[in-house]
Amino acid sequence: MNNIENSIAKDSGSISTWKFFLSELKPKGKWLTPFNIISIPIMLLGLALIVIRFWKGLGSITNLTQEVPWGLWIGFDVVTGVAFAGGAYVLTFMVYILNMNKYHSIVRVVVLNGFLAYVFYAGALLLDLGRPWNVINPIIGNNFGTSSVLFLVAWHFLLYMIAQLIEFSPAIAEWLGAKRARKILSGMTIAAVIFGITLSTLHQSGLGALYMMAKDKIHPLWYSEFIPVMFFVSSIFAGLSMVIFEGTISYKVFFNQVSENNHNAHNRIIHGLAKICAGAMFAYFSLHVLIFIHGRHWNLLNTGMGYWYILEMIGFVLVPMMLYFYSYRKNNIFLIKLAAIITMLGVILNRLNVTVIGFRWDSAIRYVPSWMEIVVTLAVICTEIWVFRWVVNRMPVLRESPSWVKEEK
Amino acid sequence: MSINRRDFIKTIGIAGVTLTVGKELLAAPKKEEKEIEFFGVLYDSTRCVGCQTCETVCAETHGLPPPVGELKPGVVRKTDDQHRTVVNCYKTSKGEVFVKKQCMHCNEPACAAACLTQAMHKTKEGPIIWRGNKCMGCRYCMVSCPFDIPKFEYHSANPKIQKCDMCYDRQKDGKKPACVENCPAEALVFGTRRELIKEARKRIQENPDQYVDYIYGEHEAGGTGFLYLSPVPFNELGFNTSLQKTSYPELSKGFLYSVPSIFVLWPALLLGMHEATKNNNHNTEENE
Repeated sequence: MNNIENSIAKDSGSISTWKFFLSELKPKGKWLTPFNIISIPIMLLGLALIVIRFWKGLGSITNLTQEVPWGLWIGFDVVTGVAFAGGAYVLTFMVYILNMNKYHSIVRVVVLNGFLAYVFYAGALLLDLGRPWNVINPIIGNNFGTSSVLFLVAWHFLLYMIAQLIEFSPAIAEWLGAKRARKILSGMTIAAVIFGITLSTLHQSGLGALYMMAKDKIHPLWYSEFIPVMFFVSSIFAGLSMVIFEGTISYKVFFNQVSENNHNAHNRIIHGLAKICAGAMFAYFSLHVLIFIHGRHWNLLNTGMGYWYILEMIGFVLVPMMLYFYSYRKNNIFLIKLAAIITMLGVILNRLNVTVIGFRWDSAIRYVPSWMEIVVTLAVICTEIWVFRWVVNRMPVLRESPSWVKEEK
Repeated sequence: MSINRRDFIKTIGIAGVTLTVGKELLAAPKKEEKEIEFFGVLYDSTRCVGCQTCETVCAETHGLPPPVGELKPGVVRKTDDQHRTVVNCYKTSKGEVFVKKQCMHCNEPACAAACLTQAMHKTKEGPIIWRGNKCMGCRYCMVSCPFDIPKFEYHSANPKIQKCDMCYDRQKDGKKPACVENCPAEALVFGTRRELIKEARKRIQENPDQYVDYIYGEHEAGGTGFLYLSPVPFNELGFNTSLQKTSYPELSKGFLYSVPSIFVLWPALLLGMHEATKNNNHNTEENE
């Protein structure tokens, strides 16, 4: 497959490039895979719901209330989705800043995943905007609400997407056979990485800082002035757990694209990530204990929400942390993957507890997402996977770069 | 050598600082703006008779549907996307007491600090207004408002945020807010915040048996434009009495202030680490 692409691309010339691009748009391989059969109806239904949403207003398909104006689309799609996309900045930090070359083979796929996550989950934000035609206001013009945390988050999303695109762009250049462009773009990687990590630090914590002013609305067990710090720390292991989880699936689904070397290295990579996750979770858990003791909320533990809090802290932070430690010690890859899944569930739980479940926990009418909100969320995820698959099947993401890249070195 | 390197860098630094903050520094002490005080409204619940005139005239003034729901003791009605103000009746230790609810017009409003497009705007006269041409409908103002005031039109393709704007348009014409002007019981007084607090203190002092010695809104959330007098402790009237006394934007200030330092420190730190670990390349070649 490599050879065909290269030979076509090497012809250069704008017409053949265009033809090449058109031919690449067509699907490759079988159509009726189980994933397609499940995802296509979801995406079509999601699309129909989105049309209704813009036609009749947000209330037509969401259960949002005047008390709970942010629901599943913000709490899960944006806040949780971005936490999972944190793997990209952690891994680029390890590979490009700390020069841990062991992890180099998975950088591209992780950055691609992070980039698409931002595009789609931050994109999901547009669905939630009541007046999306004004979305450019904080970007251009003189309507800068600089005192707003959301202003910062919006800008960071935008800039970080650009940084990630630059980080990923050598793969696009290799796909198109653009040698000169590849050289220039590769040279920008380290700058994009440094910029990207700085942005990530700020907006991962910024997503938590969004809720600082909702002091009286979030359950006291989850609200503290340290939400930003906690969101940042948890994004480290949330992102890496996602890398373990998603990498395992990608290496199975795209088995043929991955070289034998990289297949063999993958377990060692997962093993190394497990240690980092365990460490980050230890820090996170300790911080939580400190915040809890500092907050003096002992009396709240013996309530429904208190049990829920204990479940999250023990079942979905402490247990997976121990599991990470144990499986790292025993070098048990299966248990590491299990720990990754429990950790991810824990992160979802934590983000939803802050943004949805613990938000207005005392109000008479509780917000519960409608099935339509869930379908739209699933449709967004499916579409992202489709785009991901499209890119992986065409660009050197999992597979080796074309031979001319090495020749140039 | 009239200028050495260090002096040169210093000059550049000063020039840079002046360029970035100079505008605000120069803009701050504008005289005329300082002379304008925030306007507000004093609501005296001992005078309110629950006639709901304020609800009706508010709806008329802003082209909204007339009030709904019966005003009954113990029934708490809420403001919503079609009703900017409501009057409720509470059963208290001193009998039935009426309370009007609407935007509090905070001195340092959470909604305006939350707004990333400056659509929610604290005018220099005091009212907080919503500007549709700027708003992108993110509803972060609703998340942030400690009084749950901004309401969103969920069933519209062109949704607006509805909230009391203290009749800003009428104020610009030199008129009082519609509710104040039409209140038959004179339960509402319009004036500058300073005057209103003075008036409220006077009323408490002259009739200490009639009022609790507290002005709700004087310090809540850092001070609000609407001020309340009550014959009973305010928690009996459905007020949140545990609201913090400092402003809400203060809560996210710490985070926002840390942003510039991280923006300066992180890249430098990261670049340093990158340079320091460069030699690791040779040790781990076997993975390539």
